[in-house]
Amino acid sequence: MTLQSIARTAPEQTPGSHASLIEFKHIQHAFGDRLILKDVSLTIHKSEFVCLIGPSGCGKTTLLRMIGGLLTPQSGEVTYAGHRVTEPESDVAFMFQDYSKALLPWRTASGNVSLALEAGRMPKAQRPARIRELLAKVGLGGHAEHYPAQLSGGMQQRLQIARCLAQDPAVLLMDEPFGALDAMTRQGLQDELLRLIQTAHTTALFVTHDLEEAIYLGDRVVALYPNPGRVAQVFKVDLPRPRNQLTTREHPEFLRLRREIFDFIREAEA
Amino acid sequence: MSGSKFLKGAILPVSLIVLWEVSMRVSGIQSDSLASPSQIAVAFWHALQDGTILRRTAETLRTSLGGLAIGGGLGLVVSIILGLIPAAARLAQFSIEILRPIPAVALIPVAIMTLGFGYSMGIALVAFATFWPVLIYGVSAITNIEPQLLDVGRVLRLSNLERITKIILPATLPRYFVAFRLAAAVALIVCVTVEIAANPLGIGFELMSASQSLHPDLMFAMLLWVGLVGWALNLSLLFVQRRLFSAAPATMVTAQ
Repeated sequence: MTLQSIARTAPEQTPGSHASLIEFKHIQHAFGDRLILKDVSLTIHKSEFVCLIGPSGCGKTTLLRMIGGLLTPQSGEVTYAGHRVTEPESDVAFMFQDYSKALLPWRTASGNVSLALEAGRMPKAQRPARIRELLAKVGLGGHAEHYPAQLSGGMQQRLQIARCLAQDPAVLLMDEPFGALDAMTRQGLQDELLRLIQTAHTTALFVTHDLEEAIYLGDRVVALYPNPGRVAQVFKVDLPRPRNQLTTREHPEFLRLRREIFDFIREAEA
Repeated sequence: MSGSKFLKGAILPVSLIVLWEVSMRVSGIQSDSLASPSQIAVAFWHALQDGTILRRTAETLRTSLGGLAIGGGLGLVVSIILGLIPAAARLAQFSIEILRPIPAVALIPVAIMTLGFGYSMGIALVAFATFWPVLIYGVSAITNIEPQLLDVGRVLRLSNLERITKIILPATLPRYFVAFRLAAAVALIVCVTVEIAANPLGIGFELMSASQSLHPDLMFAMLLWVGLVGWALNLSLLFVQRRLFSAAPATMVTAQ
């Protein structure tokens, strides 16, 4: 019972009292007979970095797809900037888990970035300069004419970041974007992501399996229970920014949170 | 194909032809239904020189490629509709199951009655026959598109037309090309069949009239030629396919 009450009150405790940007209100959703989400309510504030963690089957991806406008909840509602989400928003970018299936294999790196600009109706003459700028921003300046299959996994995911940035997103939704990458590449991308998001004041919703990744990146970590998915507990991350792969991960607060969330998840799974 | 492999492959047909020629000469058979390889070669040379082969080939290609363009084009459009709109696919399923098994050749009498002899009849029958493979392959290609690619199109708020031209068609192009290659083989078969059975045009008609006027040499020459045309057609489509889909190395990913 205490966990439930913490979950309900946690969003309101966020300091800084930014305006709420995204709200999940009593979301309930089933796929066939299987209840995926049960009465999920969650508020995300402007410029906040929120990580969703939980075992598979807890509906993390489903929540992300709802705010992305790819899925309408069967009951309850998702609002973005005060209005109900019924279709994808132009300034909400979605970064998919499987980069090899989210990039168009028949387009080069610059062609893939161009897709977002074409969709945003940018005049053709202005595109090349913008594409160069975006690819340079994610460190792919020298790979503009390479096809995704010619790029490493980390580079493909950078390319997906560049395509998301091409939308000038106010919100970046990410579905386990670094899950398939090796540890070194993953850490590099985590820092790059934080840098890009901080400069643009982007609001981020990040789904991950990786507890440490969630703490390292997030302002808040939302833990979900599986079967059906419910908000279990919200943990506030009070760690100084900019974060650093060495000092942040050795920070006593990081270790305390890691222990606390780890224990919590183990209990939840028991 | 390497040189030695080609030589090995040629051993059997060359020795058979030599055997055929020798046995025809030794036995001294005079026949209305058989011709020696040398007689066939002479007939072929004559038909080539007087322009018969060129004219008949042009007629056959016009019918089969024209029919393929219409049938394949319609198959492409309908498969996109049925592939993208499940309700339309359910609605059309029964009609497809009824119409598809009808052999194109069985429609020859209908075509003669409604269209008369000539190109339009041949083209219509080839179109009917080639429509189905492109439709069936196309629907399966579209329903098997990686769902995440479609999500990308939705998230970027592409219009329906943009989704088709920028995501769906490029993603399915390799499969459509395979479907067109199969349909091209069907087109030639149906076209020559219609020419043999009814239409006074093309290689099939030349083959049939050579047979009926007891010219086995010309008949075998045309038979040889139609085989060569089919082989060349498939080879050129394969060449185009390799040229088109080797530029982007990963294109075939979607076709796997």
